[in-house]
Amino acid sequence: MNRAVVQLQNVDKVYANGVVALRHLDLEVAEGEFLSLLGPSGCGKSTVLRLVAGLGEVSAGRIEWAGGNGRAGLPQGEIGFVFQEPTLMPWATVFKNVLLPLKLRGVAPDEAASRVREAIAMVGLEGFERAYPRELSGGMKMRVSIARALVTHPRLLLLDEPFASLDEITRFKLDNDLLTLWASQRWTVVFVTHSVYESVYLSTRIAVMTARPGRTAGDVAIEAPAPRDETFRTSPLYNDYCRLVSARLAEATRA
Amino acid sequence: MSSMPSVEPERAASAADVRGIGAERPTRSPRWLDLGWAVRRALPPVVIGLAGLVAWELVVRLNQIPYYILPGPLLVGKTLVRDWGTLYPSLLVTLAITGAALLVATVAGVLISILFTQSKLVELSLFPYAVILQVTPIVAIAPLIIIWVRNIPVALLICAWLVAFFPIVSNTTLGLNSADHNLLNLMQLYGASRRQIFWYLRLPSAMPYFLGGLRISGGLALIGAVVAEFVAGTGGAQSGLAYRILESGYTMQIPRMFAALLMITASGIFIFLALTALSHLALRKWHESAVTREG
Repeated sequence: MNRAVVQLQNVDKVYANGVVALRHLDLEVAEGEFLSLLGPSGCGKSTVLRLVAGLGEVSAGRIEWAGGNGRAGLPQGEIGFVFQEPTLMPWATVFKNVLLPLKLRGVAPDEAASRVREAIAMVGLEGFERAYPRELSGGMKMRVSIARALVTHPRLLLLDEPFASLDEITRFKLDNDLLTLWASQRWTVVFVTHSVYESVYLSTRIAVMTARPGRTAGDVAIEAPAPRDETFRTSPLYNDYCRLVSARLAEATRA
Repeated sequence: MSSMPSVEPERAASAADVRGIGAERPTRSPRWLDLGWAVRRALPPVVIGLAGLVAWELVVRLNQIPYYILPGPLLVGKTLVRDWGTLYPSLLVTLAITGAALLVATVAGVLISILFTQSKLVELSLFPYAVILQVTPIVAIAPLIIIWVRNIPVALLICAWLVAFFPIVSNTTLGLNSADHNLLNLMQLYGASRRQIFWYLRLPSAMPYFLGGLRISGGLALIGAVVAEFVAGTGGAQSGLAYRILESGYTMQIPRMFAALLMITASGIFIFLALTALSHLALRKWHESAVTREG
């Protein structure tokens, strides 16, 4: 296994209202992998992602980031986050939305502009730089959100059920585009989902989580060749993995 | 950085998305430039207004009501033209106080809102007093202010300001606190400072709320100015429209009273339309309230 990008050891998370979201959670994210966190809704998957992003403190246990340089050992600027909703500024154009992380960091305007154009091109939105979010479809807004996460050249990309609210056709397209980007850029990805099919299709490894309070119940490595495409979706191998992961998920939810 | 290894699926995807929004995208000709639409929209209220004026004139003539009880609209119109030399300078005085009060209310209101959002404690401590200022009738405290402040225009300004500032404070405070939670998280993730969060997120989020408050305050500033003028009752060169109304009442020049009233109403309508246009210009690109939809 490659070296760990981030490690969570025996992590508990209790919210102020008394809800125990996570209990004794261990998770290690290896460099370059595409890891999916799979679990029933409300199991704390999003909580894990937020902790990894440094949005919130653990109640017990520890998180360690490799190469941390910022507050609390967090690698500032090395993490990209894509929320469940596109979360765009409605008053700003596509260009300015993608520019935001660079502007916050004080990157020089010329360099920032070329990086923004590059990120917009990566998600296939050339020509929409000056459009406002309300003029875009759901899938396009999500692309803008992904471009914004990519513009800082993150080492670790965190995606919180990013395609959950999209129709299946758009979701398949975005799945494929995400895989293509991942193959070319080799980031480390942590992808939160409640879809067995999506996690098997995308991941190199799936961490199955229990119902709340969440912890990891087991790992499934998906050893399917890259690049994956639509033929993989209908292959017997894919079906076998789906069956295996579904069984694991059922066990974890029951236990 | 390397570009996409296989560009084709990406292209196909975005092309399909593009077709999806092509239909949604409005053709950008503002609706108010469409003459037919404007006429259809304006015609009903204009017809009602004209009918009302005709009825008024008829009632006055048929019942032979004397002009010092109720002048007909034609007489009011004539008086407006004849007394323009007296009324117009008064209009300017009233509008100057209204404008200045609205300006001060905007600046002070926004600054107070920003202060409120800096800490919950400040807001909890001060907001009740803003409410007290708002609910105390201006007619009741105007005499005090006029006694305390010797300079009459300044006293009038303070009265008008007291009436006008509350909607701006309460709306802008609400707006500054309404920033999208996920966007706040995102800003934190990228290490944004408090100042950056304020400028890039809170302030734009508050814009529609602020403009809504401003529209209410514009009308209130005029009402505040007129009420304060009534209480002050000043004469001489610096007299506003309210004084002209008082004066006309004393001297039984009822048509002139109506003419001054007409000017105040017209000013209020003008202020409302101007602020509505400003709000539309500021929000037309992105906010639901200002976006023209087709179909």
